[in-house]
Amino acid sequence: MRADPADYCLASPGSLLAVLSMLAAEPAQWLPIAGGTDVMVLYAAGKLPNRKLVNIWNIPELRQIEVFPDRIRIGAACTYTALRMHPIVSQEFPLLATAASWTGGIANQNRGTLGGNIANASPAADSLPALLVYDAELTLVSARGERKLPYRSFHIAYKQTALASDELIRDIFLPRRFSGYVSHARKVGARNAQAIAKVCLAALGRLANGTVQDVRLALGSVAPIPLRLVATERELLGKKIAPSLLVTARRSVTGEIRPIDDIRSTARYRAAVSGNLVVEFLEKLASEGENA
Amino acid sequence: MVPSLETSAKRDVFFTVNGETKKVLAHPMERLLDVLRNELGLTGTKEGCGEGECGSCSVLMDGMLVNSCLIPVAQASGANIVTIEGMSAHALLLPLQEAFLECGGAQCGICTPGMILAAVHLLDKKPEPTLAEIREGLAGNLCRCTGYMEIFEAVATAARQRVGK
Repeated sequence: MRADPADYCLASPGSLLAVLSMLAAEPAQWLPIAGGTDVMVLYAAGKLPNRKLVNIWNIPELRQIEVFPDRIRIGAACTYTALRMHPIVSQEFPLLATAASWTGGIANQNRGTLGGNIANASPAADSLPALLVYDAELTLVSARGERKLPYRSFHIAYKQTALASDELIRDIFLPRRFSGYVSHARKVGARNAQAIAKVCLAALGRLANGTVQDVRLALGSVAPIPLRLVATERELLGKKIAPSLLVTARRSVTGEIRPIDDIRSTARYRAAVSGNLVVEFLEKLASEGENA
Repeated sequence: MVPSLETSAKRDVFFTVNGETKKVLAHPMERLLDVLRNELGLTGTKEGCGEGECGSCSVLMDGMLVNSCLIPVAQASGANIVTIEGMSAHALLLPLQEAFLECGGAQCGICTPGMILAAVHLLDKKPEPTLAEIREGLAGNLCRCTGYMEIFEAVATAARQRVGK
C-alpha cells in the first residue's frame, strides 16, 4: 500500500537545537530525515512506522567536514559525494572514500549521508567496516547534552544501536594516524556495481622488520552487525606473513564471523569469501608493507 | 520559537523550476517527483521503480543529480530544480540529442530524460570523461532496452563533439 502524504508530518525547524528539543519533547516519535535514501524507500512502500519526520538535511553544522591537526570531524549529514570530493578523506582515509564510491549511483551519493548509514545500521552497509578500522568516534547529542562514543560500541544487535530515542548523531571523528598504513577495500556482490554486498572488507596494516606491527580488519554482511575481527587481528600481530599464517588467518576468520543464508548469498559462500579477502589483504600487506 | 511543528497539512512551497519561481500547495511529504508531474505538468520526469534504484526520475537540484522520488517536497523548498524540460537551453542538449539519435542511445524513451540529466551532470564536471567515468556517471540509471553500450557511446560522442575532437 502506497503511503498517503496527508498522513505524515515533516517539520523543518532549521537548527540543531530546535530539532533536539522536538526529539526531547516526544522521544521516539520523530524520525530524522537527511538525504532520504533509506527513509523515503520505506515511506513510498507504506512501511515507515513513524508518522512524524524532522528534516535534518538543512542543518549547517551537520554538513561540514573539518580538518584538525590530529583528526577530522565529519558532520553526520555529509554525503558520500562530499566524502569522495574531500582531499583529506581521499588521501588519508581511502577505505572510506572507496566505500562511498561503492554506495549507490551518483544521485544517491549526492543525497545519502554517513550518519544515515550509521543510524540505519544495516550489517551490509558499505561504509561501516571502514569506520571500524579507522577507530571512528561518534558524538551523540540530545537536549540533555552530548556524549562521545567509540563507534565500535554503537551497534548492539541486528538493527539495534546505542542511540537513545531523543539522540542524534552529530559528528564522526577519525584520528589522522593511518596514512602510513597499507589499506585494502574489497566488496563482493552480484555485480561489480549497484549491488548490496555479499561480503565487504576494510583492512589496514603495517609491517616492521617483516612482522605485522598493526593490523585492523572489518567485514560487512557476515554478522548481525558490522564486525571487527579482533580475534584474527590478535592471531596476526607480531607474526611474519608466511603460508602457514594465511592458513591460521583463514581458520580464525571462519571461526569469528556469523554469516547467514539470505536472499543475497549463503553462509558457506560468505565464509569462504571472507577468508579469501583477508588472505588477499595479507598478501598485499606482505608485498607492499615494508615500503609503506 | 519553532515554526509550524505539526505540518501534515498542505502549505505553500516556493522553489525555482527551470528558471521560473514556482509556488505549489502541497503536503510536505509529497514526493518532488509527484509535484513536478502532477502540479507543474512536467511529465518528462518519469517514475520507474519509485525507490531510488533506476534513475528515471532524475532531476538536478542545486546543480546536483538526485532521484526526485526520494525527495519530500519540503526539502526542495528554496532549491533550484532543473528537469529535462529545462535542458532545452543547455549547450549540451543538442550534441547529446544528436549523439543519442546517431548511436541508437534511445529506444522506448523512459530512461532517456534521466540518462540525459546524468550525462549533463557528468560532462559539466568532467568534460572529457573516460569510458569508466561514463559508466560510473550513468550507473544509477537503468535502461532495459539498449544494453547500455549505445548510451555510453552517445555520451562519449557528445563529449568529443563539445570539446572539438
